[in-house]
Amino acid sequence: MSQNHNHILLAHKVSKRFGGLQALTDLDIAVAFHAIHSVIGPNGAGKTTFFNCITGFYKPEEGEILFRGQPIQGMSPDRVAALGIARTYQNIRLFTNVTVLENVLVGMHRRLHTGWFGAVLRTPTTRREEKKAIKEAMELLRFVELADKADYIAKNLPYGEQRRLEIARALAGNPDLLLLDEPTAGMNPKETEDTMALIQRLREEMKITILLIEHDMRVVMNISDIITVLDFGKKIAEGDPLAIRTNPQVIEAYLGRGAAAGKDYGARTTAAVEG
Amino acid sequence: MTQRPFRLIDAIRWGVYGGIAVVLIALIGMVQAFSNKGIVADRVTMSQVLVFGLIAAVALMTSGRAAATKPRLIIPAGILAGGTVALFPALLALLITQVNLRSVLLNASPELADLLLPGNANDLVSALQLVALGGAFGFAVGALTRVPARVRRSLVSAGVGVILIGLLQAVFVVIIPDSWRQFLYKANGLSTNGAIALFIVLTVLDYAWLRGRPLTQQQIGRLSAGRRRVLRMVVTLIMLGILAVLPQLLGPFLSEVADIIGIYIIMGMGLNIVVGFAGLLDLGYVAFFAIGAYTMAVLTTPELPVVRNVIPQLNFWEALPFALLISFVSGVLLGIPVLKTRGDYLAIITLGFGEIIRLLVLSDAFKPILGGAQGITGVARPRVGDITVVNPQQFFYPILAGILIAWFITARLKISRLGRAWMAIREDEDVAAAMGINLVGYKLMAFATGATLAGLGGALFGSKLGSMVPASFNVLVSINVLALLIVGGMGSLPGVIVGAAALIGLPELLREFSEFRWWVYGIVLVAMMIFKPEGLWPEATRLRELHEFETPVPVETAEETETAAVPA
Repeated sequence: MSQNHNHILLAHKVSKRFGGLQALTDLDIAVAFHAIHSVIGPNGAGKTTFFNCITGFYKPEEGEILFRGQPIQGMSPDRVAALGIARTYQNIRLFTNVTVLENVLVGMHRRLHTGWFGAVLRTPTTRREEKKAIKEAMELLRFVELADKADYIAKNLPYGEQRRLEIARALAGNPDLLLLDEPTAGMNPKETEDTMALIQRLREEMKITILLIEHDMRVVMNISDIITVLDFGKKIAEGDPLAIRTNPQVIEAYLGRGAAAGKDYGARTTAAVEG
Repeated sequence: MTQRPFRLIDAIRWGVYGGIAVVLIALIGMVQAFSNKGIVADRVTMSQVLVFGLIAAVALMTSGRAAATKPRLIIPAGILAGGTVALFPALLALLITQVNLRSVLLNASPELADLLLPGNANDLVSALQLVALGGAFGFAVGALTRVPARVRRSLVSAGVGVILIGLLQAVFVVIIPDSWRQFLYKANGLSTNGAIALFIVLTVLDYAWLRGRPLTQQQIGRLSAGRRRVLRMVVTLIMLGILAVLPQLLGPFLSEVADIIGIYIIMGMGLNIVVGFAGLLDLGYVAFFAIGAYTMAVLTTPELPVVRNVIPQLNFWEALPFALLISFVSGVLLGIPVLKTRGDYLAIITLGFGEIIRLLVLSDAFKPILGGAQGITGVARPRVGDITVVNPQQFFYPILAGILIAWFITARLKISRLGRAWMAIREDEDVAAAMGINLVGYKLMAFATGATLAGLGGALFGSKLGSMVPASFNVLVSINVLALLIVGGMGSLPGVIVGAAALIGLPELLREFSEFRWWVYGIVLVAMMIFKPEGLWPEATRLRELHEFETPVPVETAEETETAAVPA
């Protein structure tokens, strides 16, 4: 497949069932290197299920997911993470009772090598590694502007900062592909603005490919290179923001059949989703 | 949440609860059993401490509640609560003198009435005296809430301290110099002068400690990192010095107690990794203790001809690595199938495994190898040079070495990449996996490390007893170790020591109370869970978890956490 060379992640005919519920049906998604690729769709469309299939928490019944050409469907989550895929969660899932710095250090797990004996004996290698890990963690915290709060307990951070910390923790593993599950959910306009800027910096400065689930259409339309629209587990549209904005099927999915007959599709989609 | 203002009826309500508790204590025979134990000789007995301790607790609580919403009711609330509590034993005593209840309630004897009521005659007057006494006590406690908080704390601590020192007479008479002993103690309890002096000294010391501690901490905080390290070394050396001479100070009986505590500390350290660090509830921990002990026994005993024909008899030091290795391997082997389950299921499976090991040892099939129900005797003692370590005072040292090793390993693991991975698994398994942490691998590592330390404890235990029977390895051992972790504070290393001293040491020392041992044990655990769920010496993370609504932004640096993990 020639696509392998242009795409970091390829999902091919992925299907996932929960009992009688068909959560994903023959889903094909191709994520290009260094893209910001958004996945949108109404609630229950299967977006998070798709993320869980990629990261190894669900095993799709059918289909194939290739990461850099290597099949990863059905692989355990830790092995997927070790390949360089990191994620954040829709409802923030930090290690709430430990410090901000410790959260990032856990995220670095896959890049460190200290084993049982190294830890107990605290060999020079271990010390060097720990020192370097802390230094890099602090750099990451500076990147997300949390360096001055490294010693805070994670749960005491305000909401927006918890989101940023979760991103920092995901970045700590040096991923090539970062899955962000509604990173701006519950944020005020200012925080949303900052997060958008951060996501763009991730791509520009860290050369990370971003796969994004997002409900805020302003965010999606502003920063996505390509958008995939899911509805009831199926892909109903794909294209750049302009194409999606004017796609009748998308409008139908969001607003129902009646609205699709209207004229000014784009404005309506935006208004409906934002309102 | 708005609090309903305090009313006097609340004092009565709590007084009734307290009174029922006192009656219960009296009827199960505790008052009589404890009346022989003097705290202050010829003046205060343990049973009085118990009854009035309950009165004080109830009065303290009610006046505390009153202080929160209706300060002018503090004193009346104290009096009322104290009087109400005392009313119950007074009525009980009157009832006993009038009606013979012994056919139903074995302990409701005339002696009990004598013990409960002050004065010589068991009549209405003395019953009223008791109620008045309770009220007066409640008044005193209520007045105490008016005293500045620091002074109050010191007074209460000193009071508890005096009671403990009186209670643990058997320990202190051995440790302290003769001249002190003659001043402080009489045959049964503290001397009156000794008790008063002790109370004053403890109050002053506690007050000075409360005042001085923040200052000292500030001063230590201002020291450079190098100096702080030196200070820590000095403190560690002093502690080690004390530990080195401890068996001589303690004498044979107390050394025996220290040994038992020590073996539980080693096991506690191991289980702390499994439950405290990685959050895996293991209820069959005794299995690895048994495996360590039996490996030691089978390899070193001159008995068991079947085994001896195949494996030569080893000495302690030769057998020890095998004991550790076999515990480790069985930890891994058990862990592989078990660790894929979560939470409750894991607890049940491990519980079953613990029983299986015990029943295997008991079974006839394994009798030629494991000794069956009669057990194994002639287990080797460690030899160092020309000395064979036999008596409890000598055995303190190998156990101490085991504790230090266990402490060192757990402290190092805790602050490492492994410790963080375990923390992540404990807090959120799914996220931990998404961080690239191999769940089964890291759980196995925790499980096997814990098993190995249990094996170490078992090997020392077997060798120390010189013989063993399967009955020593029942599920209560698992529960005990888990309970000492809970009481000490999950995940905390000093907590293991405090927990072991409190739950294993105290019952050994207070043999008078052995009848009520499990009863008290249960009460202590329930009370701990309600009032201090984080344990006596909690770990910072756990404290934050359990008091999230009470504590505002406790900030701690990574360095402090590291300091806490080093013996000091």
